[in-house]
Amino acid sequence: MPDLNLVQAINLALRRAMADDPTVLVLGEDVGINGGVFRATDGLWKLYGDSRVLDTPLAEAGITGVSIGLAAQGFRPVLEIQFSGFAYACIDQILNHASRLRKRTMGRLTCPMVLRSPTGGGIHAIEHHSESPEAMFAHIPGLKVVIPSSPQGAYGLLLAAIRDPDPIIFLEPTRLYRSAKDEVADDGASIPLGRCIVLRTGRDVTLVSWGGMVKDTLEAANRLATDHRIDAEVIDVATLKPLDSATVIDSVKRTGRLVVVHEAPLTCGFGAEIAARVAHQALTSLLAPIERVTGCDTMMPYPRLEHLYMPQAERIAEAVRRTVAYS
Amino acid sequence: MAIASNKAAAQSGSARRETEVPPDLTKDQEIAAFRDMLLIRRFEEKAGQLYGMGLIGGFCHLYIGQEAVVVGMQMSLKAGDQVITGYRDHGHMLACGMESRGVMAELTGRRGGYSKGKGGSMHMFSVEKSFYGGHGIVGAQVPLGTGLAFANKYRGNDNVSLTYFGDGAANQGQVYESFNMAKLWNLPVIYIIENNQYGMGTAVARASATTTLATRGSAHGIPGESVDGMDVRAVKAVGEKAVKWCRDGNGPIILEMMTYRYRGHSMSDPAKYRTKEEVDKYRTERDPIEQVRARLLAKKLSSDEALKKIDTEVRAIVNDAAEFATNDAEPDASELYTDVYA
Repeated sequence: MPDLNLVQAINLALRRAMADDPTVLVLGEDVGINGGVFRATDGLWKLYGDSRVLDTPLAEAGITGVSIGLAAQGFRPVLEIQFSGFAYACIDQILNHASRLRKRTMGRLTCPMVLRSPTGGGIHAIEHHSESPEAMFAHIPGLKVVIPSSPQGAYGLLLAAIRDPDPIIFLEPTRLYRSAKDEVADDGASIPLGRCIVLRTGRDVTLVSWGGMVKDTLEAANRLATDHRIDAEVIDVATLKPLDSATVIDSVKRTGRLVVVHEAPLTCGFGAEIAARVAHQALTSLLAPIERVTGCDTMMPYPRLEHLYMPQAERIAEAVRRTVAYS
Repeated sequence: MAIASNKAAAQSGSARRETEVPPDLTKDQEIAAFRDMLLIRRFEEKAGQLYGMGLIGGFCHLYIGQEAVVVGMQMSLKAGDQVITGYRDHGHMLACGMESRGVMAELTGRRGGYSKGKGGSMHMFSVEKSFYGGHGIVGAQVPLGTGLAFANKYRGNDNVSLTYFGDGAANQGQVYESFNMAKLWNLPVIYIIENNQYGMGTAVARASATTTLATRGSAHGIPGESVDGMDVRAVKAVGEKAVKWCRDGNGPIILEMMTYRYRGHSMSDPAKYRTKEEVDKYRTERDPIEQVRARLLAKKLSSDEALKKIDTEVRAIVNDAAEFATNDAEPDASELYTDVYA
């Protein structure tokens, strides 16, 4: 199996999906001849040409709406928005149309589209190239929200997303595009949506994260094991919506402690949803207050302050020590 | 150019292209244009170097090749006229009179930058110089610039809003929402479409159903003109007429500047979607700075030596800016939370 980085894994999944299913179309700005701003669609245009790989004008709202129209006709559009900060221009089409088409038509029309977009910081770029809007999308009924944390996960989850009958926001952690490497088998196997992935089992505390922060969370867990003999369980949420709360709640019932890590701002971040569910369903198992380690309630800063904004392994480890010390 | 007759041309769906030789600039104007364009050129070359050294984060969009557009337009303005643009914005800032040091230090994220090092390449503003940004979302500045023009009309002054955007942005829906309102309310706004022929990596003809962007206002009754944006004289001439058109209360107008960017869309774009020959042709035959240099020398209005001296002065300004931007302090941690709320 070849070692692939995350962007190559995305590319491989797109190739597989297009080969398997002629209704899969790829649309977006510079996705064709150029192969995409991060080269995620590299080579697809050569294989399938203008009819299935469309270089669109710079018109995010319009191309989202066009994708919804295609989806309503039984196609499976995979739309690339170059940065998740640009997806705000699509929000009306996503919220008012993509997410509601099934409900409005009582299932006679559906919207099996995937909106792919890089997300998150750590690439030293300014605000709208670095933000994490996953909670905003997760708030919208009718949407599914998926964020892989590894090349292998990206391959399997993207295939599942493309084959899914409903609209999906698929957020790809930009800073992992080239830094993470995995063995990825091109076996066409999807990873089921709506299931958390337990990456590390542990007894003392449950760490929950997704996307780019999973790497730092694992690093914190490993450090805590070596330096403090704290045995942390690490759960990668992978699909924020629908959320597999059972896996998180089962874990917290065993460990009694929960730390949620995300790089989006604290207030109304998706960590709040997880904390609320755990408080509701596992309150009596909790031995300490739930900790959230997150980005800040401010605009994502330009690079010199970025490290202060992003939850680092040390900040995660600190929160874990706090929760373990609590009595 | 006669703008009144172009109104009819625009409405019939065909913009007239300026073919006659534009009026000469005076010696002082030529030298000022030479110097101002060269400052942008050298500044951008230096920014490219600093980016290569890892001192500038994220994405950096250089203006090299397009200098005549903003410099020519700026020659037709008066104090209080507003300028607003997208993310290829360093040239506009320098042309508006913003300091090289402050712009460069913003690129490197230092506290002496125009946004205290928190904004970066795409997000700088100077209310003092009537520069309203610096906007990273393609086309989003167009309604904002229309709002600036609304304020001018409301206040009854005769200021004009120069709202710049690119050929790529010309396909964004909010551009047409703006056109409609600008004409409906007869606002003093000049929409300057910098047609550098590529919307990121996609050629105009592959992204636009009609490629003469000057006529994009025809559905709204807004006149337009295509201009040789590589010739600072042509830009200034058409700019002055457009500014007068707006000051006289005739409402919005569109200027399509035919121009070319020599570098990729951003520093991370290798620009493989066009040929080296194409780029070289512009550099050698159409370069906006070389055109001025050639005229100055041919007419003996200046000498190689004098122009070299200007280049030396400009390089000194840019080197000083780079030095400052490299050594200035980083923003304090407390800046994370400043300027979020009042």
